[in-house]
Amino acid sequence: MRRRTAPSRIPVLPLSLSLLLLLLVSLVGGVALGAAGVGWAEVPRFLWAGLTGGTVRAGDAAAYTIVWEIRLPRVLIGATVGAGLAAVGVAVQALVRNALADPFVLGISSGAAVGANAVILLGAFAGLGVWALSASAFVSALAAMALVYAVARSPQGLTPLRLILTGTALAYGFQAVTTVMVFGAARGEAARSAMMWLLGSLGGATWAQVPLAAVTVAAGWAWLRRRAEALNALAMGDETAAALGVGPARLRRELFVVTAAVTGTVVAVSGAIGFVGLMVPHVARMLVGADHRRVLAVAPLAGAVLLVWADVLSRLVLAPAELPVGVITAVVGVPAFLLLMRRGGYAFGGR
Amino acid sequence: MRLDIDDVTIETAGTRLVEHVDLTVGSGAFVGLVGPNGSGKTTLLRSLYRALRPSGGVVRLDGGDLHAMDPRAAARVLAALPQESSAEFDFTVTEVVAMGRLPHQGRTAASDREICTRAMERTGVDHLADRGFLGLSGGEKQRVLLARALAQQPRVLILDEPTNHLDIAHQLDVLSLVRGSGLTVLAALHDLNLAAAHCDVLYVLDGGRIVASGPPHDILEPPLLAKVFGVRAHTVRHPATGARQLLFDLLPPTT
Repeated sequence: MRRRTAPSRIPVLPLSLSLLLLLLVSLVGGVALGAAGVGWAEVPRFLWAGLTGGTVRAGDAAAYTIVWEIRLPRVLIGATVGAGLAAVGVAVQALVRNALADPFVLGISSGAAVGANAVILLGAFAGLGVWALSASAFVSALAAMALVYAVARSPQGLTPLRLILTGTALAYGFQAVTTVMVFGAARGEAARSAMMWLLGSLGGATWAQVPLAAVTVAAGWAWLRRRAEALNALAMGDETAAALGVGPARLRRELFVVTAAVTGTVVAVSGAIGFVGLMVPHVARMLVGADHRRVLAVAPLAGAVLLVWADVLSRLVLAPAELPVGVITAVVGVPAFLLLMRRGGYAFGGR
Repeated sequence: MRLDIDDVTIETAGTRLVEHVDLTVGSGAFVGLVGPNGSGKTTLLRSLYRALRPSGGVVRLDGGDLHAMDPRAAARVLAALPQESSAEFDFTVTEVVAMGRLPHQGRTAASDREICTRAMERTGVDHLADRGFLGLSGGEKQRVLLARALAQQPRVLILDEPTNHLDIAHQLDVLSLVRGSGLTVLAALHDLNLAAAHCDVLYVLDGGRIVASGPPHDILEPPLLAKVFGVRAHTVRHPATGARQLLFDLLPPTT
């Protein structure tokens, strides 16, 4: 016999507000913690100076630069990426109606990796300067998505199984291309940074990336929230969705576009950070139930908090060297996730 | 509300699954659709709840073309219980029933809650409100889905094998619930005795075409059943109620 009662659910409003508060604390914590020792007391002062355009003493200039120019954009990008991956994870799981899906199941990260590694290893698009990596990753991510879309299309529209199979198959192809590039690269250090990118890192975050990434993620999230009830219907099946006046084919196309835009942007600034997009949606469902209106209120905040702290650890564990943040999300996330899953009596597709 | 299926033909991938079907469900009537497996019952019903678009012919609701309507406007007057129940995520019963409110506009949380509670009371699932849908028994699931359809506040109800996988008590229970709803109902049914007992009119579908229609006891005659279902039928009277019942066995081999 399966469980007889629903798991206890946490009211969504207090939970969201606490997560929001936790996120603010995490942002400050993420800025304060780092390999280069900047005193806790100094950090709020530097942040205040940066926000209000105030002045700092000449002796603090180096510490101020670390806080304002390096750590703060990095922490903000981390929160944005975490929120984006979690929101898109929810969307992809509804899109392919599969609990195992994550934002990368559609081949997008492997596609982006091809573009990114072309820049890292082969020095492609050098004319774009510092934007080469992000731009190349973004464009190749979108190209990969377009290819998946074109191949997965059928007279019945985008069916979940075709999407997953096409995405997975093409991902293998993209990975092969990346591997050839890594092995063909002459310089060992380049292979290391390619690896770093494949596992995800926030090391390249700059202020210039923040507005675009934040706007894309916020717009994607807003759209998903607006369509949350339709996502509920889609999760019950295409026939049910149609009977409730939600066109499943059209909704899938819309979801596909939103997923491509948000994942492409996120991957372009941070590489392929795994696990957040798979795990956070499930954790959100364990806490507040499967209704997408509530899941989408909680998951992005939880993803943001998780990634900010994962990034802090990635900077500190082997300081001054850095670990890829994807390693941290897996090392910390897997046990936490397994523990929650075993305790909660949470049903994955009734299994 | 009256439902007219007017010369509907449905093709998918070049195969004609339903050909030139004419069918009428009068306002408030309970019409059954029977036929062997693969005869096109589900396909025809799918075109009614807009999972499919007919390649020819028109479906009319009180004279208006159903497929020309806005999808959500159509879902406000026509609800369906499709055969699938393949949810991947564990919604609670309350959440599943609340999905029926999706097509409606200008609704408030309070009125939605009240409508859903009433729908759950009508189908007797209000005590399951906080349970997970995936953990329910087949009969409970079907009654929850019926509550969702009622929460849609439709005037026409389309049912695809609503009694599948249900034990006999739940079969009778679900059909009398539907009967008592007063809605215009078109249901695909497998059990001919059940269909005969509950429907005002039956349509027999075979190979995508309507081969007979009328009051159940006029059309469920042994020759037709032999031709369409390939079984030998006998009619007997129920010893207590006197209702007509059909008994089946295999046709004797012909040489």
